Amino acid sequence: MKKAGKRKSEFVNPYTVTGAVTKGNAITKLSLLIMGLGNLVHKQIGKGLMFLLIEIGYIAFMIESGVYNLSMLPSLGWREQQKVWNDSKMVYEYTAGDQSSLILLYGVATVFITLMFIVVWREAVKSSYKSEVLASTGKHLNTFKEDIKSLFDQNLYKLLLAAPIMGVLVFTILPLIYNITMAFTNYSKVNDHLVLFDWVGLANFAKILNFGDSIGKQFYSVLGWTLIWAIFATVLNYFFGMILAIIINRKDTHWKGFWRFCFVLSIAVPQFVSLLIMRTMLSQTGIVNTLLLKYGIIDQALPFFTNATWARVTVIVINLWVGIPYTILQVTGILQNIPGELYEAAKIDGANAVQTFFKITLPYMLFVMTPYLITQFTGNINNFNVIFLLSGGNPTAVDATAGKTDLLVTWLYKLTVDKNYYNLGAVIGIMTFIVLAIVALVTYRNTASYKDEEGFM
Amino acid sequence: MSKTAKISSGAKARKTVGNVLIHIFLAVLSFIWVLPIFWVIITSFRGEKGSYVTTFFPKTYTLSNYVKLFTDTSILNFPKMFMNTFIIAIFTCIISTIFVLSVAYSMSRMRFKMRKPFMNVAMILGLFPSFMSMIAVYYILSALGMAEGAMIRIALIVVFSAGSGVGFYVAKGFFDTIPKSLDEAATIDGATRWQIFTKITVPLSKPIIVYTILTSFMGPWVDFIFGKVICRADSDYYTVSIGLWKMLEKEYIDSWYTCFAAGAVVVSIPIAILFLATQKFYVDGMGGAVKG
Repeated sequence: MKKAGKRKSEFVNPYTVTGAVTKGNAITKLSLLIMGLGNLVHKQIGKGLMFLLIEIGYIAFMIESGVYNLSMLPSLGWREQQKVWNDSKMVYEYTAGDQSSLILLYGVATVFITLMFIVVWREAVKSSYKSEVLASTGKHLNTFKEDIKSLFDQNLYKLLLAAPIMGVLVFTILPLIYNITMAFTNYSKVNDHLVLFDWVGLANFAKILNFGDSIGKQFYSVLGWTLIWAIFATVLNYFFGMILAIIINRKDTHWKGFWRFCFVLSIAVPQFVSLLIMRTMLSQTGIVNTLLLKYGIIDQALPFFTNATWARVTVIVINLWVGIPYTILQVTGILQNIPGELYEAAKIDGANAVQTFFKITLPYMLFVMTPYLITQFTGNINNFNVIFLLSGGNPTAVDATAGKTDLLVTWLYKLTVDKNYYNLGAVIGIMTFIVLAIVALVTYRNTASYKDEEGFM
Repeated sequence: MSKTAKISSGAKARKTVGNVLIHIFLAVLSFIWVLPIFWVIITSFRGEKGSYVTTFFPKTYTLSNYVKLFTDTSILNFPKMFMNTFIIAIFTCIISTIFVLSVAYSMSRMRFKMRKPFMNVAMILGLFPSFMSMIAVYYILSALGMAEGAMIRIALIVVFSAGSGVGFYVAKGFFDTIPKSLDEAATIDGATRWQIFTKITVPLSKPIIVYTILTSFMGPWVDFIFGKVICRADSDYYTVSIGLWKMLEKEYIDSWYTCFAAGAVVVSIPIAILFLATQKFYVDGMGGAVKG
């Protein structure tokens, strides 16, 4: 809390909306209704017109469709598509019914646009108030040209961030909110709610979290496996990758470049290609099973992806194949940064290689790379590719929607794309987020590099 | 243990044995790592069709898999998929690189009220499964009329690049390591922020720029899920990854398996060359980010 207060005082703006309402003159107060008026009066034509145009555009949009969109949001539509007999043409005609998914999307988008408009409105009011204050105290008012110029200097961030933020707002945040709202509806194949659906409150959450329900049972088992997977995938990758990097970098190891090349080569091949290759090699009739059978090492094909335990171990091991080279790349540079004196001292004290690793290398690496590990962990929880392309979540029990190797995110895919349970999919997505948020935010906030962001500048 | 200069012959022998063991260990592991790649390369030259084989090495070698891949366009049009992906990758690369560098520079070098909130939002967004918003993106794109026909390409470019601004952490970490005194000196000389960005920061940031270009260019080649959701059944606009995945589907695998291997090689070669050539930049770029 204290920190937040400090941050605010750092970027204090004397021209606030409250200030405009309480202390502004008539023109400024009128700018509350007519955006940009204050700027226009004080000859900031370009800026004023811009605000005015935005306001006109917003009002036009609201009249055209915005108000209707908002009014439909509580009901999500009710008109079914109907067949009407047209007597004059002697044919059945279809009247367009409501489509709840679009109504929801337009409604959410309208709320979104309104919120953005409020942000712009606040800016406009502040700007009007500022020009009034500056004009009355006889200070210089920026012309439009100077405003543009400042975009390349002290306000460069506004120029640089405008397009990326728009992209994120429209194609990441808006879809995400839209998807989250689905979690509170009955948008699913069940009882044929794919065209028309309603708000159901928290019913879906209750269903997913209920031990007694079949979906609920699957949720807990998938969640458990997702966590196990993420922990194993992250820890083993990191641990083995580091050991390999240390072995390659040993003083006595020859052909260092060659070994590194062999491992790094696998990164250079696109991941989906190597994963698909692995899948075909390990399939029931794949080359590995065929050769092992042929030479009599095994009697029947190994169930790499057909037995639950085998499949789970297989995906973790193959993920090692995928991940270890990345760790080697990451770790090599940092290993060389460890102060040499530490090792000298350990040597003099008679420590062997294992002791040195656990007492010096590992603590140092963990200290430096905690943020990286957290990123890896969250990445693994959402590791769609490895699971989907390798096992496809299989093996799957006959009556289940989730397979034994399904992660929350691949289950989410199956629920939405294959099964059309959009509402349950959205709930799973939210649950994934909650799990990650708990893990990540707690640890992130406690890492050195987040706290001392300015430390090494 | 005594620390005399003379090393006993026993210790020396032990050391040699250890060294040999370690090299054998590395050789075995390298073999495992290279094996699948080697396997797909020889499969791409295999004469026998189908996915089921009983020998590791092919009985006959042929180039026809590559020929078929590029000429048999009736069912799975690989050349077209390749061009689709290439075009999408180029545009995605340009837009993403600009977005990422812009955001990273702003976050690293400028101080403004929305900075911390934006960074927190970016981190929170990273915690949602990226797939979660895909269905909604599809709806938005269809509402904008961008989910049909030739617009699919533009839709894919938008999908790959629009949200790239939140992936600025690595680049920001790199910018953070460029001394601020350079900026200050330039400011005293009368340079604007824009000039500092384009004339000082960008030239000093070659590793991270190469890294950003590389990763964003590779995105469309290695993505599978976004393309699949956006293209749906419209095979005219498939990217290579969907095409290669299709080749392993039950109805295609018998006639297309060796072509899949050929396709995998064709896709991997440019990416592998790009990657190996810029590996140094990759490590340098990441190095800047984790130094904190």
